[in-house]
Order: sequence, then C-alpha cells, then structure tokens
Amino acid sequence: MSPKSVADINLDLSCPAPIAVKDTILLGHGSGGKLSAELIRDIFLPAFQNPVLAHMDDQGVVSVNGQRLAITTDSFVVKPLFFPGGDIGSLAVHGTVNDLAMGGATPLFLSVAFIIEEGFAMEELRRVVASMRQAATAAGVQIVTGDTKVVEKGKGDGLFINTTGIGVVPEGVDFSADQAQAGDKVLLSGSVGDHGIAILAQREGLEFETQIVSDSAALHGLVSEMLSVTREIRCMRDPTRGGVSSTLNEIAQQSGVGIELQESSLPIHEQVKGACELLGLDPLYVANEGKLIAIVPAEVADVLLETMRRHPLGGEAQIIGTVTKKNPGLVTMRTPLGTTRVVDMLAGDQLPRIC
Amino acid sequence: MKYLDEYRDQRIARALASEITQRTTQPWVLMEICGGQTHTIMRYGLDELLPRGIELVHGPGCPVCVTPLETVDKAIELALRPDVTLVSYGDMLRVPGSSSDLLRAKAQGADVRIAYSPTEAVKIARSNPERKVVFLAIGFETTAPANAMAAWQAKREGLTNFSMLVSHVLVPPAIRALMTSSNNRVQGFIAPGHVCTVVGCREYETLVRDFRIPIVVGGFEPVDILEAVLLLVRQLEAGEARLENQYARSVSYKGNVPAQEIMAEVFEVADQKWRGIGPIPQSGLRLREEYAAYDANRVFELGEFTVDEPAECISAQVLQGLKKPTDCAAFGMRCTPENPLGAPMVSSEGACAAYYHYRRHAIEN
Repeated sequence: MSPKSVADINLDLSCPAPIAVKDTILLGHGSGGKLSAELIRDIFLPAFQNPVLAHMDDQGVVSVNGQRLAITTDSFVVKPLFFPGGDIGSLAVHGTVNDLAMGGATPLFLSVAFIIEEGFAMEELRRVVASMRQAATAAGVQIVTGDTKVVEKGKGDGLFINTTGIGVVPEGVDFSADQAQAGDKVLLSGSVGDHGIAILAQREGLEFETQIVSDSAALHGLVSEMLSVTREIRCMRDPTRGGVSSTLNEIAQQSGVGIELQESSLPIHEQVKGACELLGLDPLYVANEGKLIAIVPAEVADVLLETMRRHPLGGEAQIIGTVTKKNPGLVTMRTPLGTTRVVDMLAGDQLPRIC
Repeated sequence: MKYLDEYRDQRIARALASEITQRTTQPWVLMEICGGQTHTIMRYGLDELLPRGIELVHGPGCPVCVTPLETVDKAIELALRPDVTLVSYGDMLRVPGSSSDLLRAKAQGADVRIAYSPTEAVKIARSNPERKVVFLAIGFETTAPANAMAAWQAKREGLTNFSMLVSHVLVPPAIRALMTSSNNRVQGFIAPGHVCTVVGCREYETLVRDFRIPIVVGGFEPVDILEAVLLLVRQLEAGEARLENQYARSVSYKGNVPAQEIMAEVFEVADQKWRGIGPIPQSGLRLREEYAAYDANRVFELGEFTVDEPAECISAQVLQGLKKPTDCAAFGMRCTPENPLGAPMVSSEGACAAYYHYRRHAIEN
C-alpha cells in the first residue's frame, strides 16, 4: 500500500462553518449550563430588569411593610415521574422549599399548578398528590392555592408541576452569589450526583441497574441550624441542574473571584463514581436535589462544618475548596496528582461519550 | 474504586514522572493516538508533570472528530424525514454539519435518540415496525464489533426497517499516513489500548518494523499514560524501536478473536475520508455486499454529498499533531464548545475541547 502523503492532502482540509446558536430553543437551554445563562441574559433580564432580579439569585427578596419576603418559582418536568428516593410530587415541594432556604428564608406557603396530559391515570395523580402532602407536612409548609390545566393527548408528557413559594427572611440574613471574597471557604453538605444518576438509571433503554437513591430532601432545617451558629454566610446555592460545577461557576462569575477545589475532598459515592465512569459522565455536572453549597468566611468554616455534620442531611459535609483572587470567573481544581485543571460550566446537556 | 484508583495513585504517578525526567536527555515528540488518552492527559494535567523535553502531540483518535462532514449531513437529512428514527451515540449530536447538527434537527421535530449500545437501535426497530430506524455507526475498531453485531442481529431476525449509516475508521492506516507525511514530527506512538483489545497487536508490529519507530500500546488512566511515556522514552534514549504492551491487563497479542470474526463477517476494508485529514486508502470499513439491505446509503439512495468548507479551522494540523489547539486564532474566541468551528472542539475527546475545558487557566495566565 502506498498511501497518499498527508501533506499532499492538506489542500482539501475540512472545517465546517459556525452555526448560529440563537435561532431555536434547544434542550440545552434548559440544562442549567451556559445556554440557560445566555437565555436569561439575552431574553429574560432585558425584558424584566429590576433591582431584585438583578441579583440573579434562586429567589427574589422583596420588602413589604418592613418585612423581608423571599419568593421563588420552579417547574418540574422530571421523567420518570416515580424514581428511587422520590417522585415528581415530593421533588416539586423540596425544590421550591430549597430555593427559599438558599436565600436564608423560612419557607411558609406554596402554590401548586398541575399541567396534566389527557389520559393520565387518576391513580398516579393520587400518588403524586399524596406524596406532595407528605413532603409539605414534613417541611412545615402549607399549599394554599393551586391551578389545574389539562392538555390534549400528545401535547404534554404525562404530568408537569409548577410550585411557587413564599418565605420570611430573618433579620441579619443577606445571602447573595455576588458576595464571595478571596479567602472564603466552600462548604458542600454531602455526596455529589445521587439524584441525576438515580434518574438516569431508571430511564428507558439504559439497561443499567443501581441501588442509587435520589437525595431529594428539604434543606431549610439544615440552613436554620447553620444560621443558629452564625449569620456570617456569604451565599448558599443548591447545585441542581448543571450540578456543582455550574453553581460554582455562577458564583465565581457573579462575585468576580476564582474558586479552587480539592478533588480529593469531594464526597462522591462509589456507586455514582462507577456509574459515571461507565456512562462517560462527570459527577460534577450531575444534578442534586438535597445538597447545598455555602460560601463562608474562613473563620466560621470549621464551626459550620461541624454543625452541618451533626444534621441528618449534612453527615458527609466537606470543605471542598477556597475562594481565590487568582483566575477570576473560573473554577479550578487541584487533582490528586498535584496538577490543576479548569472545571468548566456545562455548554449544553451532558452527552454520553462514545468510548 | 477498585481497578481504577490504583491507576490514579499519586505516588505511582509521581514516581513514574520522576523516572521519565531522569531518563530524558534530549527532546522527544510523542503522540497519543486516542482522544480518550488526550482527555486523561488534560483532565489530570499530566503535561505539567513531564519534563520540558517531552512534547505530547494529540493524534486523530477521536471518532467523533474524524467522522466526515458528509456523514453528519447525511444523518441530519435522514433524521429530518418524517418516517425515520435516527439513533446515535450521544456525543455525535452536537457535531456541526455544514449547516446544522442533530440536536437542532431534533428541535425541529426530528426523531433523534441516544443509545449506549447499537443493539438498542435494533430493539427500537423491532418494537416500532412502522418506523425506519437508522443507526449512525461510527468509530474505530473499538465500536466496530458491536456495530457489526447490530447488523448481524437485524439480518438474522429479518428486520426490514433497520439500517446503518456507517463511517468506520481504522488506526494503523492513519499511523502509516502520518509516518509517510513529509511534515511528520512524531518519534514514538502510544497506541490505543481499546482498539488493540479488539484487534490485538500484530499490525502494530508491522508499523514498528516498516518505520523503525517505537510503539507502546497504552491504557487510559494517568498511571497508564505515564508508564507508556516512560517505556517510549527508555526505547528512544536507547536507540531502540520495539512494540511494547503497557495495557496488558486488557490487551492480548491476538486480541478478541470472536469480535474480529463478527467484524469480518459484516464489514470489509475500504477507502475512507477522515474529517480534517482527507481520504486515506484502505483506512475504513464498509458493509459487505451481503449486508447491502442494511446500508442506509443504499436503502435511502443517498448518493454523494459534496460539501465545501471554509478554512479558518486548523483541525487538520491539530489532528496530525502539527499544531496545538492554542495555536489557532479562533481558539476560545470564535470557536468554543457552545459554538464549535470544527469537530475537535465538540467532543470532550477532541483535543481542542480538552484544552478548552481543562487547561484554559494555564493559557490565560
């Protein structure tokens, strides 16, 4: 065989033209990564701009007659509707309670809206509603208003739920993602990736069995314990869609700081690690539904860590990194080999690799 | 995790790196063929551990990156047909064709599904007889046996609604093409362990003999790659050129014979175009005549697609190890994973994306 020299072939090199991103909505626009951030920046923020929204936190904090209220809303489109460790109903309560809790608020009331596809089994709806009631009771919140819409068969995916929540922000509590400062510590309340992998393992066609259970849980009790120790907390976030990496990238960008993680201190369950290895996913991009990240001044980090570890939802809490002046807007990680790499924000949905 | 943690052990990695440093007396240019190995090098910052004299250049072994633009365009055209379900490995979905990609086709209503195994595509065909199911069968020798198995199963079951759009590439002809190029700088290769797990080591021995170049079959974890580099450096410093197998826990001399048999039953060697490199004779696989009924090109009478491409992207030089991703003026500016100009920026195994995701701090500082 005498192959044509590669040098001779260089004349007909391939390279595609760039493709405009902005013509249609892609699934990636809902993944919580860079495309979601672009959508908010280019479409929503310019339309609705106001000082509360400008904080870009998971909840808006408004003042009414001297009382600070937190408001948040979230829609749930999870599939399958029932999964190990929870279902769409409990998730819809926990998700909104957590978005309030991440502003330091005590959650009080929820609204719920159901968008149901024609033909959906009444028994399944009963199960979902019972699970919501149980989750709301356990979290100490009341569902005080609601709405129901039914769409034609084929126009929905069984069941979508939206919940909106209101809570009260205690005096002296002021969390925001633009307040991280060099020297602060990054606390994580427990293991990474359990929810996303539990859901993925249930999906049709994966032929993949695990014992991994979603971490879906209401976090306001843990937050309240932390606040009883100190109110000197810069910001809290729950790393849901887009995972730990997207949440930390948002904080790094909004605060104009760098964040350096220690890979060896990241709590990741062996089963989640194994599933991610097999599926070609990075646990740092996998969703969590019962974990919080707190950025705190170094001097209160240890006492907060101990407080978190005493709480049932913080047993595996760790200090996972430090806020730095270096690399503003970037999240980096010290690997166990002593080298450093970037932990980038997710571009679109995380796609499984071929090999 | 057992069988992984040992190969990520920092003490072993540091010991290997220090032995490489001790043994290196002059500069050497080494190429890792496989995108998975490039990914590991960037993710663990292995280049930071190596002495200055050792330059790692990144080879053409990212299957997503070298799949021709024409194949991506064909897949998109098929996916947009109302009666077609297109099934693909996940990371092909974001690869830009000449004017769209499969994720955008999906947003336009195309039925595009991700599979982890090609036999899932056969299952979809079996349970949806009214749909024409096309599997986008790409990859190196690694994915070829499973892809062959899908066609074999479909034929055995007599499925009439299953076909494959095949774009398979082979590693040894690519190494041969690199070595015969007048631009070649590579002095030693880390051969892809997964490919050799399937096909064995014989063809690599021929390459070592023909070009008098050391080749080490290497694994994919940090310790694997550092050990492979050390084995290459030892040979180069001693003026030797041998085939060595670092990945012996997976690779045998003969390889996986049943896997080779199913490949030979379904596929035959053919000329193949590589995206970014161009045509390389006898460097791909196509379906044999007996499997013509499962060839999407024939079933849908797709004909020849010719695509003109602009030249800003330097992926060709990157895939041949002539340039680093950061030598490209568009890198990180006009070309990012969200808006890729070329395929190496799309797949996480592409050299450009690996630099962008993991090494950006080193470039910006």
